Amino acid sequence: MSAMLLTQQILNGLLDGVYYLLIALGLSLIFSLGGIVNLAHGAFYAIGAYLTLVISPHLGFGGAFVVAPVVVALFGVVIERTLFRRFYRSDPILSLLLTFGLAMVAEQALRMIFGAPPLSYSIPPGLRGQVAIGSFIYSFYRVVLLGIAVACVLGLWVLLQKTSFGRVVRAGVQNPDMVSALGISLQPYMSVVAALGIGLAGLAGVLLAPIYSIHPAMGQEIITPAFVVVVIGGLGSFWGVVLAALLVGLVKGVMVGIGYSAASTAAIYLLMLLVLLFRPRGLFGERIMRFE
Amino acid sequence: MSNTNQFTRRSLLKTAGGLALASGLSAPSILSAQTSDVIRIGHLTPRTGFLGPLGEYGVMAIDLAVEEINAAGGMMGRKVELLKEDSINPQTASTKAERMIERDKVACIIGEISSASCLTIAQVATRNKTLFINTGGNSDALRGKDCQRYMFHVESQNSMYVKTVGRSFLRDGLVKGKKWYSLTADYAFGHDLLNVSKRFMQANGGNFAGDDLVPTDATDFSAYLLKIREAKPDLVVINLAGNQITNFLKQYAEFGLTFPVGGFGFDTALAWAAGKGNFVGTWPVVWHHLLDTPGSKAFVAAFTKKYNKPPENQAWGDYIATKIVAQSINELKSAESPKIIEHFEKGAKFDLLKTRPGYFRASDHQLMHEMYAVTALPADKIKNQWDIFSSSPAVPGPDEPLEVIASTAEENVCKFPS
Repeated sequence: MSAMLLTQQILNGLLDGVYYLLIALGLSLIFSLGGIVNLAHGAFYAIGAYLTLVISPHLGFGGAFVVAPVVVALFGVVIERTLFRRFYRSDPILSLLLTFGLAMVAEQALRMIFGAPPLSYSIPPGLRGQVAIGSFIYSFYRVVLLGIAVACVLGLWVLLQKTSFGRVVRAGVQNPDMVSALGISLQPYMSVVAALGIGLAGLAGVLLAPIYSIHPAMGQEIITPAFVVVVIGGLGSFWGVVLAALLVGLVKGVMVGIGYSAASTAAIYLLMLLVLLFRPRGLFGERIMRFE
Repeated sequence: MSNTNQFTRRSLLKTAGGLALASGLSAPSILSAQTSDVIRIGHLTPRTGFLGPLGEYGVMAIDLAVEEINAAGGMMGRKVELLKEDSINPQTASTKAERMIERDKVACIIGEISSASCLTIAQVATRNKTLFINTGGNSDALRGKDCQRYMFHVESQNSMYVKTVGRSFLRDGLVKGKKWYSLTADYAFGHDLLNVSKRFMQANGGNFAGDDLVPTDATDFSAYLLKIREAKPDLVVINLAGNQITNFLKQYAEFGLTFPVGGFGFDTALAWAAGKGNFVGTWPVVWHHLLDTPGSKAFVAAFTKKYNKPPENQAWGDYIATKIVAQSINELKSAESPKIIEHFEKGAKFDLLKTRPGYFRASDHQLMHEMYAVTALPADKIKNQWDIFSSSPAVPGPDEPLEVIASTAEENVCKFPS
């Protein structure tokens, strides 16, 4: 294989990782702050994709891009207010069962509303075509997708690092009792975090609807690699998750590139195993007392 | 949130592992009382996972078939009761088949799409001397080294798919001296299909520029598409299955690749999901909804009336298998599997909604019938979301025996275990 093709595969793999990132960041945030392993996260991604189908005939893809993630985020707030909040202080296995059930309910609901066969949706005309970066020819849509994803990640980082909102959330991750002792109620923060995390999953659904098959179980396809990313990255670490997502994409892409495509899925689990052997908290996992 | 929260990293890992296990679980079926005035038929097919969307067409079709059979007086005057389950994976399929036969006393089992699950169901069926009709598993091995006395195949074997569409490729000069790039689903069906397609290429003087195995859970094909662009093949050959095909087609269009595309395995629902402009290439099917025969037209009309969309090829498989069973039981006045099998092996002819009737070949239990190669229409010729391809005439042609597209006894040796 030529060095050129290898370079292409590395770049493509990194790009591929960015899609996982949109799912994994929300998953990590909700788990870090609320201790809830949201198995329904993939379902929100699927809902985002299906909403794109519903909204775009009326408002176009641009309209779906704005409206669908907001609607999904509102779903997130409702779920947080009515269900998640009851489980912050209970045995985590209960919240696990809750979100597992929620994922099944959502998938079956999509099946009942839209039918089991996959539905068709294409890249909007203005976003089709190729761009050439030197001799590297790449899908224009994916470059746009990359731009949006990077903007989201940076926006989230600024929100968490540079605002008072972010400071409370980060403090809540480390020591919720101390935050309460200081007279700050974490409840509204949890709602916003759920809205952000779940809204991001919805956004991923919108962005990937034009290039992936849209079917009721599409959430299951993305949730497992997203979990792998969270575990590799380490809890509580923003950049750990970012790095892990890129690594997972890279490993998958390069395995295909060098002719070991059959092992490309297995390779990310092997990567997870190796990372955990040497760094049991994940790459940049912080020491969070209540999770030790 | 306080110290009562006992969630540790260790439990997170356990969760990730548990996910894989839990996804194999499903709700138990409801036990119904035994009565002798009904005939039970078991239906097993994947309804979730990457083959789930196709399984759903099978379910819709068998519901329609049983409804029609019951309206026409049932089987031997007895009402047909259908037991339907999601087969999920080979292990679960085998457990459910066992339960249907031993506890529910089904007359036969119909269905399946995964070749791997077909094999485990066939083993249970043969052990219990109960007929199993495979409506969607393609691998040649099921008709060859893994063939079973109690398993019959309405679905065509991979060899028939390859030889059907292979005629189109030969006609278009895409075989001799040409190089192909193939993507193959990494499980029993794909491996088998790759073997058959390599045999076809060797026999016809072509070669492979590359072939990649694709994990069944892969959704992103960009890495493969970059390799294909670099390899500049004369034909991209798709041996994928289920949602993989839709994902591939959408992304092939996205990356603007223009090499001719063809596939050896295909389902119309996947082309419909890829949509206008994304669906390209020439593909083989056992049946399609545009067939101009009275039987097909009636089936398409009844199905469309009930479900508001036309049936696809998987629907035909489950529908026709059920009709074959009903016709045989009524003619024989017996629902005993050994008698039905004897009837099939004697070469009984069945109307398959095509131009010629078909029959099961006694040597490997494969249904001998006509197939078709469909070619994607250019975007400006497409009138609606369903009629997005044109069809070849029936393969084999009217003057040829039906067996010419099937594997020969030497290519695929079947010795029924006695």
